[in-house]
Amino acid sequence: MSKRFVRLGETRRPEVQLYIDGEPAVALQGDTLLVALLQHSNRLRTSEFGDAERAGFCLMGACQDCWVRTEEGARLRACSTTVAENMRIVTTQLEISWPQQQ
Amino acid sequence: MAAAAVEPRVVVVGAGPAGSRCVEALVKAGIRPLVIDESARSGGQIYRRQPDNFTRSAEQLYGSEAAKATRLHKSFDGLQGRFDYWPESLIWNLAGNRIFVVRGAQQCSVEFSSLVICSGATDRLLPVPGWNYSGCYSLGGAQIALKAQACAIGAEVVFMGTGPLLYLVAAQYAKAGARVAGVLDTSPFYRRVAALPDLLANPRALYHGLGLTASLYLKGVPVYSGVEPLAIEGDAAAGVSAVRFRDGRGREKQLHCDAVAMGYHLRPETQLADLARCQFDFDASTRQWLPRIDRDGRSTVADIYLAGDGARIRGADAAEASGELAALALLADRGQAVDSQRVARLQQQLGQLERFARGLAKAFPWPHQLAAQLADATVLCRCEVVTVGEMRSTIALTGASEANRAKAFSRVGMGRCQGRYCANAGAEVIAAATDGDICSAGRLRAQAPVKPLPLALVEVAPEDWLEVSAEGVDPVLKPAEAGL
Ligand SMILES: Cc1cc2nc3c(=O)[nH]c(=O)nc-3n(C[C@H](O)[C@H](O)[C@H](O)COP(=O)(O)OP(=O)(O)OC[C@H]3O[C@@H](n4cnc5c(N)ncnc54)[C@H](O)[C@@H]3O)c2cc1C
Ligand code: FES
Repeated sequence: MSKRFVRLGETRRPEVQLYIDGEPAVALQGDTLLVALLQHSNRLRTSEFGDAERAGFCLMGACQDCWVRTEEGARLRACSTTVAENMRIVTTQLEISWPQQQ
Repeated sequence: MAAAAVEPRVVVVGAGPAGSRCVEALVKAGIRPLVIDESARSGGQIYRRQPDNFTRSAEQLYGSEAAKATRLHKSFDGLQGRFDYWPESLIWNLAGNRIFVVRGAQQCSVEFSSLVICSGATDRLLPVPGWNYSGCYSLGGAQIALKAQACAIGAEVVFMGTGPLLYLVAAQYAKAGARVAGVLDTSPFYRRVAALPDLLANPRALYHGLGLTASLYLKGVPVYSGVEPLAIEGDAAAGVSAVRFRDGRGREKQLHCDAVAMGYHLRPETQLADLARCQFDFDASTRQWLPRIDRDGRSTVADIYLAGDGARIRGADAAEASGELAALALLADRGQAVDSQRVARLQQQLGQLERFARGLAKAFPWPHQLAAQLADATVLCRCEVVTVGEMRSTIALTGASEANRAKAFSRVGMGRCQGRYCANAGAEVIAAATDGDICSAGRLRAQAPVKPLPLALVEVAPEDWLEVSAEGVDPVLKPAEAGL
């Protein structure tokens, strides 16, 4: 799948290995999870309302459109999480809407 | 638990320009404030810092504002140890004089003696068909990708909306080597001419603004004024592929792109002020509800002060001035002596910057008539995919002519973003559908949590988070008796 974000600099950083839906992928140290994922794919999640694939919106923790999960099921806000070695991320699982979780 | 005495603290929310200057003034006066900021590092939006292992210079990151950014960061870093600092911590609720803070999967609550809210702003958005496609970002988000991560949001980016940030971020992208497919401004050019007298209140900012526009023209970036956005084209799987719009002369045009950055100036983050029961007034010039403050930043609730963009969208310089001014007001209210000449100078500076901000609001008005006329099929709430038509029929069926009632029936404003990106347009839709004015459409009241919380929270004592420094000047926080 084509990537969405384009790096314009700061590319000489050590690499970090992660797994996206089981596939190995490489990011750079200091990347947010959102940037790391959008270097490999054009999406982060599928809208639970079925309208479209989503790839985040505000990048500042305000919209909550960037939620992904770890393989253990923990919810991560991709724009405000720094990528870490051997993170195992799932982007294919449908999210339930957050008000229903309270 | 042993009933230790609770020592309420002076708490500052936010470590942007407003919060940073507020902390500085408090520390200088011998107070040890507790600073709580959701970001990992201080600087706020405009002076947001890149991760430690990035190497771009302040000039590359902040352009004409590099010296100010460096001064602000140095001031904050230089005071470390003289205030308590909780980064990556969100105040998610406020009740009485107690705030509730979450960090990771932990949460605690703290009593405050005074609270200075410097919570900043987010982009104001106008829905357009297709804005739920991937590749569509808020303008601020597009800037964060560049500033904090050295990335462009796409290979070919259209900037659409209005306001000074539209030109700033487009110019920053072009300068960093990104392909800018075009800048589409809904404000007609003559508005900027009409606003000149007010804009001259800040000649330096005006000069930089003109320079940004010139740099876009020099790079051959198409810039359109007075446009009407028609649609973001694309599909559910691949996302954005083009932007369709009518230019200032009414001709339909299309720009191909794989990303869109959208923003219509800013809206203040007022949830905490709202939870604190501060009074709000409708501001006709920006068509937004703003918390009422006096010229020093006192809210209508005792011991609650508001500064920076979270109180009024007045820009970064005003954020610094108002942050310091709020600190001085707090000190004066505690009976401490303050430098009255300094207060007068800050008030005067703030007055001038307010005039400039009024000029910007005139030059780049919120296109409320476009919001009122949105087609029924347009997605209004992109969180839960509620259309404008669904909102209108809810209003017709239930007679709900007020934002909170309409929200309860239509769910617009109840999704993940809690109305941050749909409330402004939603209010215009309600006002138009009920023939009422925007003022009687009311304002969406904030509800806790101000952002969604992790599912399982572990309660901790505040002192677990406090790094107690040896020469603390103010009482060090003791565990609260209740609620822990
Ligand atoms: C995305 C974005 C980009 C911008 N870029 C520019 C620019 O390049 N140039 C320019 O002139 N202006 C810019 N602005 C306008 C800019 O916001 C202001 O000029 C300036 O940053 C305002 O300073 P502030 O201190 O009021 O708020 P901010 O700088 O926004 O700082 C507010 C801080 O409070 C924190 N906060 C808010 N609520 C809570 C809470 N409940 N709990 C804990 N912490 C909280 C936030 O995380 C943030 O760190 C931008 C605005 C936005 C939204
Ligand atoms: S992109 Fe908006 S919260 Fe992450």
